[in-house]
Amino acid sequence: MLMYTLRRFLHMLPVFFGATLLVYFLVFATGDPIAALSGGKPMSEAVEANLRAQYNLDQPFWVQYGLYLKNLLTLDLGQTFSGQAVNDVVARAMPVTARLAVMALAIEAVFGIIFGVFAGLRKGKLFDSTVLVLSLVVISVPTFVLGFVLQYVVGVELRWTTPTVGSEAGWSDLILPAIVLGLVSLAYVIRLSRTQVAENLSADYVRTATAKGLSRPRVIIVHVLRNSMIPVVTFLGADLGMLMGGAIVTEGVFNVPGIGSVLLDAIKIGETPTVVAVVSVMVLIFVVANLIVDLLYALLDPRIRYA
Amino acid sequence: MRMNRVLQSVAVTSALALTLTACGGGEGGGENEATSGVVTAHNTEPQNGLIPSDTSEVGGGRVVEQIFQGLYSYAADSSLQEELAESVESEDNQTWTIKIKEGHTFSDGSEVTAHSFVDAWNYAADSDNAQKGSYFFEGFAGYSESDENGADELSGLTVVDDYTFTVELQQPESDFPLRLGYSAYMPLPEVAFEDMEAFGQAPVSNGPYVLAEDGWQHETQISLVPNEDYEGPREPANDGILFKIYDSYDSAYNDLLSDNLDVLDEMPPSALENYESDLEGRSVSQPYAGNATMVIPGYNENFQGEAGQLRRQAISMAFDRQQIIDQIFMGTKEVATEFTAPVLNGFSAEIPGNEVLEYNPEKAKELWDQANEISPWPEGEVLLYTSNTDGAGNKEYIEAITNQLRENLGIQAELDAKATFKEMRELANTDALPGISRAGWVGDYPSLYNFLGPLYGTGASSNDGRYSNPDFDAKLDEGLQAASVEEAATIFNEAQEILFEDLPVLPLWYQAKQAGWSTQVDNVELGWDGKVLYHQITKG
Repeated sequence: MLMYTLRRFLHMLPVFFGATLLVYFLVFATGDPIAALSGGKPMSEAVEANLRAQYNLDQPFWVQYGLYLKNLLTLDLGQTFSGQAVNDVVARAMPVTARLAVMALAIEAVFGIIFGVFAGLRKGKLFDSTVLVLSLVVISVPTFVLGFVLQYVVGVELRWTTPTVGSEAGWSDLILPAIVLGLVSLAYVIRLSRTQVAENLSADYVRTATAKGLSRPRVIIVHVLRNSMIPVVTFLGADLGMLMGGAIVTEGVFNVPGIGSVLLDAIKIGETPTVVAVVSVMVLIFVVANLIVDLLYALLDPRIRYA
Repeated sequence: MRMNRVLQSVAVTSALALTLTACGGGEGGGENEATSGVVTAHNTEPQNGLIPSDTSEVGGGRVVEQIFQGLYSYAADSSLQEELAESVESEDNQTWTIKIKEGHTFSDGSEVTAHSFVDAWNYAADSDNAQKGSYFFEGFAGYSESDENGADELSGLTVVDDYTFTVELQQPESDFPLRLGYSAYMPLPEVAFEDMEAFGQAPVSNGPYVLAEDGWQHETQISLVPNEDYEGPREPANDGILFKIYDSYDSAYNDLLSDNLDVLDEMPPSALENYESDLEGRSVSQPYAGNATMVIPGYNENFQGEAGQLRRQAISMAFDRQQIIDQIFMGTKEVATEFTAPVLNGFSAEIPGNEVLEYNPEKAKELWDQANEISPWPEGEVLLYTSNTDGAGNKEYIEAITNQLRENLGIQAELDAKATFKEMRELANTDALPGISRAGWVGDYPSLYNFLGPLYGTGASSNDGRYSNPDFDAKLDEGLQAASVEEAATIFNEAQEILFEDLPVLPLWYQAKQAGWSTQVDNVELGWDGKVLYHQITKG
């Protein structure tokens, strides 16, 4: 297990550096942010040159990337154009997004497994077909459309909640955005657990258990569910990383002051340091979440460790 | 045993989740938005610290204008209203003596003196400080004396006594006082110069409002409270302004519909068609000092000489401005009749030569063919129209124009799309525009000159097309030396006649601003620049 953990950990490094290099290159290649900084109003060359120097934009690409990596390793993410430390920005926005992602995860886990298991147990029946069709609809509608529709119906028409999240972004404010954020994965969890349950119901060991004279609830809970949940738990773990990324759209729609909003703002004005810093943090979370999932999986299924 | 492992994994996942959440436990806070009398208004996150001379975009500009008091401010009709100015006088339009009112203070108790202005202006002009508004001091004597562009101290600024200072300009400027309401000319307290970066996050100021304690919560809100010590024409009629920061106009619009936001000063494109019926008398659409143009660079060989001139006229007449406004912008703009904006004093819609702005496809085709006889359009060359496509409606209107050019002139014309504004600016700044380019101007101060000098003067800072005509420059100089603002306006309009002959850019339309408000507030009015006059809004 130790060797496996170490090996998996080493896999993280190229992924992390590769991803940040790619992002840095893309942001770098989309043009000079200083050119747009004054919104088309003139700027004297001396002022422009000074601004460029301030953000190392006058250096060649590799020097910039090197400086950025150096700062990253000393946990200094640089400064935004408005003069705040990117560390502070991330520290302020990250908890909000984490709260949102965890809520979305909880919603998709609870409802996804419940609906999925019941659908699996009643495979081919009306409930199953309805759930399947509905989940297909959810998967095929883009998140921002879903977000705007729910925002309008629940916030403007019904007035059950405010259309956007207030500055505090507390747990109760985040319910609607969390539902929107979790909805697509919810559909996947339903489909995944349904298939697993339906498959395991006809497995040999379930027949054996039934033949031994165990009661149906016992067979289902102890034998079917236990085995069906392994891939579902794996999916949920990996999804935590995905949710961080998906939060960009949802946060934009519901005006949640999280990391997605920060990233959107930074992209809009071409604020290279913030974009790269935030994306690096997201990549890191994604990579760590995946590492944990892989380790869990290996824990659950020993065969993986030797593969 | 097996079950335990599943439980284990669930436990680990939830533990991870809890740890992530726990990081943010104590976050939150902020004023209660429902506090009666505090107006909530839409804003975007300021791109810079709240330093007047470093704020060049609207997100920060809205706030800076509320929290600082300069020499003048602009009334809704663009006329100057006195704030700190006792008098601004000159005998030759070149050396100006400025007297300020005594006994005004910043929110830290320090007095506003002549030094507060002179130090702030010197700081803004010095290129070492990289202030985005430094170009507002280009015309001051001493600006270009050392340090490439922007001396450490402007030789043109002299403190006479605590309440008097003089400004010497490089050349006469008859409309100089009109400039002084702009935020780049606001005074700064002494404490600002100790640590400008920290100051930008929590400025000490002297406007009708001041920033509340911890008022700027980045990406979330900016809270302003009335300044008890303020004396001036913009006395707040409400208990404060809470700027809520949004990423998307659509969500702000939904907040407005449900009274969760009081003032929204820009409608999302999706709401343009029905905002008036949605809001039932709680909206306004009003032209402001801004226009849209298309630049035809002087360095493009196809548009030089006599053939070039004919081509410019042909293009101008080959598309229907009104039709594009109606179909793409839902009628929310106004067809341009000259190069400035109708809200300015001295504006005239009757400038000789402006018939080139009228839609006339037959004449256009005729002119284009004439141009080809003099010097043929290169075989197979496509006329490119460069624009960023990240702004609402840009792509749609340019495709409509290029369609009409193709149809009416029989040429190949296409949108040359750039994903971001900065990419387009880079092309313009490096003289690399391949054809036509989208452009526009929003006035910094309400003067015709501000729409002409910086854009079409030889070597001027925003002259993207590199236009140069000595006759035009001479007219501008003449206008700047005029004895009065009215006389200057007449001369500037004569200068526009030259522009109509040369067509360095083709005027398209004047911009209008749409704003809406909630059922909770009254007295919402827009200024000459399309900005909401926040101080006069009443609530509750």
